Amino acid sequence: MPDAPGLELIRGEIEAAHPGAVVDTGFAQERAVLSIDPMHVLAVLGWLREAPGQGYSFLSSLHAADYLPAEPRFAVHYELLNRDRVERIRVKALLADPGEDALPEIDSCVELFPTAEFQEREVFDFFGIVFRGHPDLRRILLPEDYVGWPQRRDFPIGGEPVTFTYNERNYG
Amino acid sequence: MRQRQLRARDMLRGDLEGEELERYVEQKVVMTNFEKMLGWARSNSIFPLTFGLACCAIEAPISLVTARYDLARFGAEALRASPRQADMIILSGRVSIKMAPVVRRLYDQMLEPKWAISMGACSSSGGMFSNYAVVQGADKFMPIDLHIPGCPPRPEAVLYGFTKLQRKIQGNPDQGWRARYDAHGTEEWARGGPRSEPSAEAAEAYEAARELIGA
Repeated sequence: MPDAPGLELIRGEIEAAHPGAVVDTGFAQERAVLSIDPMHVLAVLGWLREAPGQGYSFLSSLHAADYLPAEPRFAVHYELLNRDRVERIRVKALLADPGEDALPEIDSCVELFPTAEFQEREVFDFFGIVFRGHPDLRRILLPEDYVGWPQRRDFPIGGEPVTFTYNERNYG
Repeated sequence: MRQRQLRARDMLRGDLEGEELERYVEQKVVMTNFEKMLGWARSNSIFPLTFGLACCAIEAPISLVTARYDLARFGAEALRASPRQADMIILSGRVSIKMAPVVRRLYDQMLEPKWAISMGACSSSGGMFSNYAVVQGADKFMPIDLHIPGCPPRPEAVLYGFTKLQRKIQGNPDQGWRARYDAHGTEEWARGGPRSEPSAEAAEAYEAARELIGA
Protein backbone atom coordinates (compact mmCIF):
# COMPACT_ATOMS: atom_id res chain seq x y z
CA MET A 1 0.00 0.00 0.00
CA PRO A 2 1.37 3.44 -0.85
CA ASP A 3 1.87 5.62 2.22
CA ALA A 4 0.42 9.13 2.46
CA PRO A 5 3.27 10.92 0.59
CA GLY A 6 3.31 8.13 -2.00
CA LEU A 7 -0.42 8.55 -2.55
CA GLU A 8 -0.02 12.32 -2.96
CA LEU A 9 2.77 11.64 -5.46
CA ILE A 10 0.45 9.38 -7.46
CA ARG A 11 -2.24 12.04 -7.31
CA GLY A 12 0.15 14.67 -8.59
CA GLU A 13 1.32 12.56 -11.48
CA ILE A 14 -2.24 11.67 -12.50
CA GLU A 15 -3.26 15.33 -12.23
CA ALA A 16 -0.36 16.24 -14.53
CA ALA A 17 -1.45 13.70 -17.15
CA HIS A 18 -5.22 14.04 -16.75
CA PRO A 19 -6.21 17.34 -15.15
CA GLY A 20 -9.30 17.16 -12.94
CA ALA A 21 -9.26 13.36 -12.69
CA VAL A 22 -8.56 12.99 -8.97
CA VAL A 23 -11.13 14.47 -6.61
CA ASP A 24 -9.75 13.39 -3.27
CA THR A 25 -7.30 11.06 -1.57
CA GLY A 26 -7.48 9.35 1.78
CA PHE A 27 -7.21 6.18 3.79
CA ALA A 28 -10.15 3.98 4.72
CA GLN A 29 -9.96 0.63 6.46
CA GLU A 30 -6.17 0.63 6.06
CA ARG A 31 -6.42 1.03 2.31
CA ALA A 32 -5.21 3.93 0.20
CA VAL A 33 -8.19 5.43 -1.58
CA LEU A 34 -8.09 7.53 -4.73
CA SER A 35 -11.46 9.23 -5.29
CA ILE A 36 -11.84 10.12 -8.94
CA ASP A 37 -14.18 11.75 -11.40
CA PRO A 38 -16.04 8.97 -13.29
CA MET A 39 -15.30 10.68 -16.62
CA HIS A 40 -11.63 9.75 -16.21
CA VAL A 41 -12.00 6.23 -14.86
CA LEU A 42 -10.40 4.48 -17.82
CA ALA A 43 -7.58 7.01 -17.97
CA VAL A 44 -6.77 6.56 -14.25
CA LEU A 45 -7.02 2.77 -14.29
CA GLY A 46 -4.92 2.63 -17.45
CA TRP A 47 -2.35 4.97 -15.96
CA LEU A 48 -2.07 2.91 -12.74
CA ARG A 49 -1.64 -0.18 -14.84
CA GLU A 50 0.77 1.05 -17.51
CA ALA A 51 2.77 3.98 -16.10
CA PRO A 52 6.36 3.12 -15.23
CA GLY A 53 6.84 2.40 -11.52
CA GLN A 54 3.12 1.74 -10.89
CA GLY A 55 2.21 -1.71 -12.25
CA TYR A 56 -1.23 -2.11 -10.62
CA SER A 57 -2.02 -4.75 -13.21
CA PHE A 58 -4.50 -6.92 -11.33
CA LEU A 59 -8.12 -6.00 -10.62
CA SER A 60 -8.84 -8.05 -7.51
CA SER A 61 -12.37 -6.77 -7.03
CA LEU A 62 -14.93 -4.44 -8.53
CA HIS A 63 -17.95 -3.46 -6.50
CA ALA A 64 -20.28 -0.58 -5.80
CA ALA A 65 -21.81 1.18 -2.82
CA ASP A 66 -24.82 3.40 -2.27
CA TYR A 67 -24.07 6.29 0.11
CA LEU A 68 -27.56 7.70 0.29
CA PRO A 69 -28.19 10.49 1.38
CA ALA A 70 -24.64 11.62 0.58
CA GLU A 71 -23.83 13.35 -2.71
CA PRO A 72 -22.60 12.05 -5.07
CA ARG A 73 -24.70 9.09 -4.16
CA PHE A 74 -23.00 6.08 -5.75
CA ALA A 75 -19.40 4.92 -5.92
CA VAL A 76 -17.85 2.16 -7.97
CA HIS A 77 -14.81 0.71 -6.22
CA TYR A 78 -11.89 -0.79 -8.12
CA GLU A 79 -9.49 -2.74 -5.90
CA LEU A 80 -6.17 -2.85 -7.71
CA LEU A 81 -3.18 -5.00 -6.80
CA ASN A 82 0.47 -4.76 -7.73
CA ARG A 83 1.56 -8.36 -7.63
CA ASP A 84 5.30 -7.64 -7.62
CA ARG A 85 5.30 -5.41 -4.56
CA VAL A 86 2.02 -6.82 -3.16
CA GLU A 87 0.62 -3.32 -2.88
CA ARG A 88 -3.05 -2.52 -3.06
CA ILE A 89 -4.88 0.67 -3.93
CA ARG A 90 -8.56 1.47 -4.12
CA VAL A 91 -9.92 3.65 -6.89
CA LYS A 92 -13.32 5.06 -6.05
CA ALA A 93 -15.31 6.56 -8.90
CA LEU A 94 -17.98 8.86 -7.45
CA LEU A 95 -21.22 8.75 -9.40
CA ALA A 96 -24.08 11.19 -9.00
CA ASP A 97 -27.67 10.00 -9.18
CA PRO A 98 -29.16 11.35 -12.43
CA GLY A 99 -32.57 11.37 -10.79
CA GLU A 100 -35.99 10.16 -11.94
CA ASP A 101 -35.77 6.86 -13.80
CA ALA A 102 -32.38 7.54 -15.39
CA LEU A 103 -29.53 5.25 -14.43
CA PRO A 104 -26.03 6.46 -13.54
CA GLU A 105 -23.46 5.62 -16.20
CA ILE A 106 -19.74 4.93 -16.17
CA ASP A 107 -17.26 3.56 -18.72
CA SER A 108 -16.72 -0.18 -18.66
CA CYS A 109 -13.19 -1.38 -17.93
CA VAL A 110 -13.61 -4.80 -19.52
CA GLU A 111 -11.09 -3.85 -22.21
CA LEU A 112 -8.47 -3.19 -19.54
CA PHE A 113 -9.40 -5.99 -17.14
CA PRO A 114 -11.41 -8.84 -18.71
CA THR A 115 -12.19 -10.16 -15.22
CA ALA A 116 -14.45 -7.14 -14.72
CA GLU A 117 -17.08 -8.51 -17.08
CA PHE A 118 -19.09 -10.56 -14.55
CA GLN A 119 -18.41 -8.12 -11.71
CA GLU A 120 -19.77 -5.21 -13.71
CA ARG A 121 -22.83 -7.29 -14.53
CA GLU A 122 -23.29 -7.93 -10.83
CA VAL A 123 -23.03 -4.22 -10.01
CA PHE A 124 -25.57 -3.50 -12.75
CA ASP A 125 -27.79 -6.24 -11.36
CA PHE A 126 -27.94 -4.89 -7.82
CA PHE A 127 -27.34 -1.12 -8.16
CA GLY A 128 -28.54 -0.31 -11.66
CA ILE A 129 -25.25 1.31 -12.66
CA VAL A 130 -24.82 1.14 -16.43
CA PHE A 131 -21.35 0.36 -17.76
CA ARG A 132 -20.90 1.96 -21.18
CA GLY A 133 -19.19 -0.38 -23.64
CA HIS A 134 -19.81 -3.57 -21.67
CA PRO A 135 -20.14 -6.46 -24.17
CA ASP A 136 -23.10 -8.17 -22.48
CA LEU A 137 -24.76 -6.07 -19.80
CA ARG A 138 -27.68 -8.07 -18.40
CA ARG A 139 -28.72 -9.33 -14.99
CA ILE A 140 -26.47 -12.08 -13.70
CA LEU A 141 -27.84 -13.29 -10.34
CA LEU A 142 -31.42 -12.08 -10.12
CA PRO A 143 -34.11 -13.39 -12.48
CA GLU A 144 -34.07 -11.75 -15.91
CA ASP A 145 -37.51 -10.21 -15.39
CA TYR A 146 -36.75 -8.74 -11.99
CA VAL A 147 -37.83 -5.12 -11.51
CA GLY A 148 -35.75 -2.78 -9.37
CA TRP A 149 -32.22 -2.52 -7.99
CA PRO A 150 -32.40 -4.30 -4.65
CA GLN A 151 -29.08 -3.25 -3.07
CA ARG A 152 -29.92 0.43 -3.29
CA ARG A 153 -30.67 1.95 0.06
CA ASP A 154 -34.07 3.25 -1.00
CA PHE A 155 -35.19 -0.20 -2.16
CA PRO A 156 -37.91 -1.55 0.13
CA ILE A 157 -36.69 -4.37 2.34
CA GLY A 158 -39.59 -6.53 1.21
CA GLY A 159 -40.89 -9.68 2.74
CA GLU A 160 -43.24 -9.41 5.64
CA PRO A 161 -42.58 -6.98 8.47
CA VAL A 162 -41.48 -8.43 11.79
CA THR A 163 -43.69 -6.77 14.37
CA PHE A 164 -42.80 -8.54 17.64
CA THR A 165 -46.42 -8.22 18.74
CA TYR A 166 -46.13 -11.44 20.72
CA ASN A 167 -43.53 -9.87 23.01
CA GLU A 168 -45.51 -6.64 23.23
CA ARG A 169 -48.57 -8.51 24.41
CA ASN A 170 -46.67 -10.45 27.01
CA TYR A 171 -43.99 -8.08 28.19
CA GLY A 172 -44.78 -4.68 26.71
CA MET B 1 -51.04 -73.09 12.99
CA ARG B 2 -51.73 -76.69 12.20
CA GLN B 3 -54.81 -76.54 14.38
CA ARG B 4 -56.12 -73.48 12.58
CA GLN B 5 -55.64 -75.10 9.25
CA LEU B 6 -57.62 -78.05 10.45
CA ARG B 7 -60.38 -75.79 11.71
CA ALA B 8 -60.52 -73.96 8.41
CA ARG B 9 -60.90 -77.27 6.67
CA ASP B 10 -63.65 -78.18 9.07
CA MET B 11 -65.42 -74.92 8.36
CA LEU B 12 -65.38 -75.57 4.65
CA ARG B 13 -67.04 -78.89 5.29
CA GLY B 14 -69.75 -77.03 7.13
CA ASP B 15 -68.64 -78.18 10.58
CA LEU B 16 -68.38 -74.62 11.94
CA GLU B 17 -71.69 -72.96 12.54
CA GLY B 18 -73.51 -70.33 14.52
CA GLU B 19 -71.64 -68.33 17.11
CA GLU B 20 -68.44 -70.23 16.55
CA LEU B 21 -68.44 -69.37 12.84
CA GLU B 22 -69.07 -65.68 13.61
CA ARG B 23 -66.15 -65.56 16.01
CA TYR B 24 -63.99 -67.26 13.42
CA VAL B 25 -64.93 -64.69 10.78
CA GLU B 26 -64.25 -61.84 13.20
CA GLN B 27 -60.77 -63.18 13.83
CA LYS B 28 -59.84 -63.94 10.25
CA VAL B 29 -61.47 -61.40 7.97
CA VAL B 30 -60.77 -57.67 7.76
CA MET B 31 -63.54 -55.62 6.22
CA THR B 32 -62.74 -52.45 4.30
CA ASN B 33 -63.58 -50.67 1.10
CA PHE B 34 -61.44 -50.24 -1.96
CA GLU B 35 -60.60 -46.55 -1.41
CA LYS B 36 -59.34 -47.19 2.09
CA MET B 37 -57.24 -50.12 0.93
CA LEU B 38 -55.83 -48.02 -1.90
CA GLY B 39 -54.97 -45.19 0.49
CA TRP B 40 -53.30 -47.64 2.83
CA ALA B 41 -51.20 -49.06 0.02
CA ARG B 42 -50.28 -45.61 -1.30
CA SER B 43 -49.33 -44.22 2.07
CA ASN B 44 -46.90 -47.07 2.64
CA SER B 45 -45.26 -46.89 -0.76
CA ILE B 46 -44.15 -43.29 -1.26
CA PHE B 47 -41.35 -42.35 -3.62
CA PRO B 48 -39.78 -39.07 -2.49
CA LEU B 49 -38.00 -36.88 -4.99
CA THR B 50 -34.23 -36.61 -4.50
CA PHE B 51 -34.27 -32.88 -4.04
CA GLY B 52 -32.66 -30.42 -1.67
CA LEU B 53 -32.81 -26.65 -1.53
CA ALA B 54 -30.64 -25.53 1.40
CA CYS B 55 -29.45 -26.53 4.86
CA CYS B 56 -32.66 -28.46 5.65
CA ALA B 57 -31.60 -30.93 2.96
CA ILE B 58 -28.98 -32.25 5.39
CA GLU B 59 -31.74 -33.35 7.77
CA ALA B 60 -34.06 -34.57 5.05
CA PRO B 61 -33.62 -36.47 2.90
CA ILE B 62 -29.92 -37.07 3.63
CA SER B 63 -30.20 -37.95 7.33
CA LEU B 64 -33.61 -39.54 6.98
CA VAL B 65 -32.43 -42.35 4.74
CA THR B 66 -29.41 -43.22 6.87
CA ALA B 67 -29.51 -46.24 9.17
CA ARG B 68 -29.99 -44.03 12.23
CA TYR B 69 -33.40 -42.63 11.22
CA ASP B 70 -34.25 -44.99 8.38
CA LEU B 71 -37.18 -43.70 6.39
CA ALA B 72 -37.47 -47.24 4.97
CA ARG B 73 -39.42 -48.19 8.10
CA PHE B 74 -42.29 -46.11 6.73
CA GLY B 75 -42.08 -47.38 3.20
CA ALA B 76 -40.41 -44.40 1.56
CA GLU B 77 -36.82 -45.49 1.13
CA ALA B 78 -36.69 -45.39 -2.68
CA LEU B 79 -35.69 -41.83 -3.53
CA ARG B 80 -36.23 -41.01 -7.18
CA ALA B 81 -34.03 -38.69 -9.20
CA SER B 82 -36.80 -37.87 -11.67
CA PRO B 83 -40.05 -36.08 -10.83
CA ARG B 84 -41.84 -38.40 -13.25
CA GLN B 85 -41.17 -41.31 -10.91
CA ALA B 86 -41.71 -39.50 -7.62
CA ASP B 87 -44.92 -38.74 -5.79
CA MET B 88 -43.66 -36.65 -2.87
CA ILE B 89 -41.49 -33.55 -2.82
CA ILE B 90 -39.90 -32.14 0.34
CA LEU B 91 -39.08 -28.45 0.06
CA SER B 92 -36.00 -28.50 2.27
CA GLY B 93 -34.92 -24.91 2.59
CA ARG B 94 -35.61 -21.36 1.48
CA VAL B 95 -37.02 -20.91 -2.00
CA SER B 96 -35.50 -17.96 -3.81
CA ILE B 97 -37.59 -16.14 -6.37
CA LYS B 98 -35.26 -17.48 -9.04
CA MET B 99 -35.75 -21.07 -7.87
CA ALA B 100 -39.53 -20.86 -7.42
CA PRO B 101 -40.42 -21.44 -11.11
CA VAL B 102 -38.09 -24.45 -11.15
CA VAL B 103 -39.71 -25.92 -8.05
CA ARG B 104 -43.15 -25.31 -9.44
CA ARG B 105 -42.17 -27.03 -12.67
CA LEU B 106 -40.80 -30.04 -10.81
CA TYR B 107 -44.06 -30.26 -8.90
CA ASP B 108 -46.11 -29.99 -12.09
CA GLN B 109 -44.05 -32.76 -13.67
CA MET B 110 -44.83 -35.22 -10.88
CA LEU B 111 -47.62 -37.65 -11.65
CA GLU B 112 -50.88 -37.78 -9.74
CA PRO B 113 -51.41 -38.45 -6.92
CA LYS B 114 -48.66 -36.30 -5.40
CA TRP B 115 -47.87 -34.64 -2.13
CA ALA B 116 -45.66 -31.78 -1.03
CA ILE B 117 -44.07 -31.16 2.36
CA SER B 118 -42.77 -27.72 3.25
CA MET B 119 -39.94 -28.35 5.67
CA GLY B 120 -38.55 -25.73 8.01
CA ALA B 121 -39.30 -22.10 8.71
CA CYS B 122 -37.84 -20.76 5.45
CA SER B 123 -39.91 -22.65 2.94
CA SER B 124 -43.04 -22.28 5.05
CA SER B 125 -42.84 -18.54 5.71
CA GLY B 126 -39.55 -17.13 4.43
CA GLY B 127 -38.03 -17.58 7.88
CA MET B 128 -35.27 -15.13 8.69
CA PHE B 129 -34.90 -14.13 5.04
CA SER B 130 -37.34 -11.26 4.90
CA ASN B 131 -35.77 -9.69 1.82
CA TYR B 132 -35.90 -9.19 -1.93
CA ALA B 133 -34.58 -12.61 -2.91
CA VAL B 134 -36.67 -15.17 -1.01
CA VAL B 135 -40.29 -16.20 -1.53
CA GLN B 136 -42.20 -15.61 1.71
CA GLY B 137 -43.74 -19.05 1.96
CA ALA B 138 -43.73 -21.74 -0.70
CA ASP B 139 -47.53 -22.05 -0.66
CA LYS B 140 -47.62 -18.78 -2.58
CA PHE B 141 -46.75 -20.64 -5.76
CA MET B 142 -47.64 -24.30 -5.17
CA PRO B 143 -49.97 -26.35 -2.98
CA ILE B 144 -48.39 -27.65 0.21
CA ASP B 145 -49.91 -30.59 2.07
CA LEU B 146 -47.91 -30.32 5.25
CA HIS B 147 -45.72 -27.78 7.01
CA ILE B 148 -43.01 -28.94 9.41
CA PRO B 149 -41.75 -26.17 11.71
CA GLY B 150 -38.14 -25.88 12.83
CA CYS B 151 -34.87 -24.31 11.79
CA PRO B 152 -34.00 -26.90 10.70
CA PRO B 153 -36.43 -29.51 12.04
CA ARG B 154 -34.90 -32.56 13.68
CA PRO B 155 -35.12 -35.72 11.57
CA GLU B 156 -37.54 -37.03 14.20
CA ALA B 157 -39.81 -34.07 13.48
CA VAL B 158 -39.69 -34.83 9.78
CA LEU B 159 -40.54 -38.46 10.49
CA TYR B 160 -43.47 -37.35 12.61
CA GLY B 161 -44.61 -35.06 9.83
CA PHE B 162 -44.23 -37.90 7.39
CA THR B 163 -46.48 -40.18 9.44
CA LYS B 164 -48.99 -37.32 9.56
CA LEU B 165 -48.85 -37.18 5.79
CA GLN B 166 -49.47 -40.92 5.65
CA ARG B 167 -52.60 -40.46 7.72
CA LYS B 168 -53.70 -37.71 5.38
CA ILE B 169 -53.19 -39.98 2.40
CA GLN B 170 -55.22 -42.72 4.06
CA GLY B 171 -57.98 -40.25 4.71
CA ASN B 172 -58.77 -37.82 1.94
CA PRO B 173 -55.77 -37.21 -0.29
CA ASP B 174 -57.36 -34.32 -2.15
CA GLN B 175 -58.55 -31.97 0.63
CA GLY B 176 -59.92 -29.66 -2.02
CA TRP B 177 -56.65 -27.98 -2.87
CA ARG B 178 -57.40 -27.93 -6.59
CA ALA B 179 -60.38 -25.72 -5.96
CA ARG B 180 -58.40 -23.46 -3.60
CA TYR B 181 -55.51 -22.99 -6.05
CA ASP B 182 -57.66 -23.01 -9.20
CA ALA B 183 -55.61 -25.95 -10.46
CA HIS B 184 -58.20 -27.99 -12.31
CA GLY B 185 -56.83 -29.41 -15.52
CA THR B 186 -53.21 -29.67 -14.42
CA GLU B 187 -53.42 -33.37 -13.53
CA GLU B 188 -50.98 -35.74 -15.15
CA TRP B 189 -51.64 -39.46 -15.02
CA ALA B 190 -49.43 -42.40 -15.83
CA ARG B 191 -52.23 -44.17 -17.68
CA GLY B 192 -55.94 -44.66 -17.55
CA GLY B 193 -56.70 -41.47 -15.68
CA PRO B 194 -59.78 -39.39 -16.37
CA ARG B 195 -57.76 -36.91 -18.46
CA SER B 196 -55.73 -39.41 -20.43
CA GLU B 197 -57.66 -38.98 -23.67
CA PRO B 198 -55.57 -37.15 -26.30
CA SER B 199 -56.28 -33.57 -27.28
CA ALA B 200 -58.01 -32.90 -30.58
CA GLU B 201 -54.74 -31.80 -32.22
CA ALA B 202 -52.89 -34.87 -30.98
CA ALA B 203 -55.61 -37.21 -32.24
CA GLU B 204 -55.57 -35.45 -35.62
CA ALA B 205 -51.79 -35.73 -35.87
CA TYR B 206 -52.00 -39.39 -34.91
CA GLU B 207 -54.51 -40.09 -37.69
CA ALA B 208 -52.40 -38.16 -40.20
CA ALA B 209 -49.32 -40.15 -39.22
CA ARG B 210 -51.22 -43.43 -39.62
CA GLU B 211 -52.37 -42.40 -43.09
CA LEU B 212 -48.82 -41.45 -44.01
CA ILE B 213 -47.44 -44.88 -43.20
CA GLY B 214 -50.44 -46.57 -44.81
CA ALA B 215 -51.64 -48.29 -41.69
